[in-house]
Amino acid sequence: MANRTPLFDAHVKAGAKMVDFHGWDMPLNYGSQIEEHNAVRKDSGVFDVSHMTIVDVAGAQAKDFLRKMLANDVAKLSVPGKAQYNSMLNEKGGVIDDLIVYYFSDESYRLVVNSATRERDVAWIEKVASEFQVTITEQTELAMVALQGPKAAEKLRLVLGDEAFAPVEGMRPFMSVQVGDLFIATTGYTGEAGYEIVLPASEVEKLWDDLLNVGVQPCGLGARDTLRLEAGMNLYGQDMDESITPLEANMGWSVAFEPEDRNFIGREALEKQKAEGHDKLVGLVMREKGVLRHGQKVVVDGGEGVITSGTFSPTLGFSIAMARVPNSVGETAEVEMRKKFVTVSVVKPSFVRNGKGLV
Amino acid sequence: MSSIPKELKYASTHEWVRNEGDGVFTVGISEHAQDLLGDMVFVELPEVGDNVAAGDDVAVAESVKAASDIYAPIGGEIIAINEDLEDAPETVNSDPYGDGWLFKMKADDPSEVESLLDAEGYQAVIDED
Repeated sequence: MANRTPLFDAHVKAGAKMVDFHGWDMPLNYGSQIEEHNAVRKDSGVFDVSHMTIVDVAGAQAKDFLRKMLANDVAKLSVPGKAQYNSMLNEKGGVIDDLIVYYFSDESYRLVVNSATRERDVAWIEKVASEFQVTITEQTELAMVALQGPKAAEKLRLVLGDEAFAPVEGMRPFMSVQVGDLFIATTGYTGEAGYEIVLPASEVEKLWDDLLNVGVQPCGLGARDTLRLEAGMNLYGQDMDESITPLEANMGWSVAFEPEDRNFIGREALEKQKAEGHDKLVGLVMREKGVLRHGQKVVVDGGEGVITSGTFSPTLGFSIAMARVPNSVGETAEVEMRKKFVTVSVVKPSFVRNGKGLV
Repeated sequence: MSSIPKELKYASTHEWVRNEGDGVFTVGISEHAQDLLGDMVFVELPEVGDNVAAGDDVAVAESVKAASDIYAPIGGEIIAINEDLEDAPETVNSDPYGDGWLFKMKADDPSEVESLLDAEGYQAVIDED
């Protein structure tokens, strides 16, 4: 039987269409994924992300360990609660997973990694950790929800009350704070303001119900995918995997090559690739009828590429995609769709931010 | 459990057919089909005047999730298309057997409809999936 999050019954009660997602029974939608998408862009929505893997890292060498294992440099983090987008790479520079690291102190960090790659991630983390004085703890008793949208703060205040909400109020993006049993972070996967909230599994259903009672829309994996794609955020296993480096996946900004003497895993391979040149991940926009889809062939100046993620953008009203193409790509590309080629524009892979179109 | 009106005929590829009399038939997709596809974003319809054979792919229902071909359940001439779907493709989701109809055909041979599935037969097709 598939794994169930502590919110399984709540999803069924809310009328969710449940699907298998990498061994987890998860909600695809609660009726209309477009309505859920629009709720997050215009008001607020909540996602069950309890299937994600939370790993706490503690010990005298926690910082050294993460500076070795991760492509971004955790030494840039000095304010307790600060979050950082990061990735762990293999020796060839391929992405084992992307993740968020939360900084508490030089001896204490929290990693949130993907569920699809959980076993491989945990095995890798433990393997690298074996050379350091650190303790790795997978938090299986914690649940996690993402409350996202322009009205997320207002809704959370209603649910928590003014006193509990005070430490969260005005928190800048990519920060976190512990409020009683709730670990509340201003992170997310939608391109909107909002929170990711980690809490004991036994308490999550109450929070979920409270949020729905103040008018927050429950949202499934369908809306999660269109929202993240509009925001230009990668999906592991689709836009990158172990055979793709961060440089080929628009994640170069999250790789810290400075300081030069930090010898993180995969560094050598990335430096070589940087010198030799590589493909890149771009955005595609098609204003005609039709929808760009994963796997479609893309012809650009100097070669061919492939669409890694494509969808109809509910916010923009036309189709958008991410595609991996040769670096020689110009301002347009030809996509093979249903046996004919359609010309599309090439843009930066970021389409919507804070409810507004960028293309 | 999705609804399967008794008075309609069905193709195993999830189209429904309604007899309007005088050899005219309205075609749409079943509630089960729209549910599988999810939120509809574009519906590409045939041209009025097209002559099609049973089994020809004549339309495309494109949802957020996937693009799906729609086949002519019988042979004949396309005599009307549902132009309202241009601006409101979601009608196929909300009212698949009513305002979400796709096109109307004048059948070459109205008896061809008899070979399609009845509601019970179509239910069996869904159950096998």
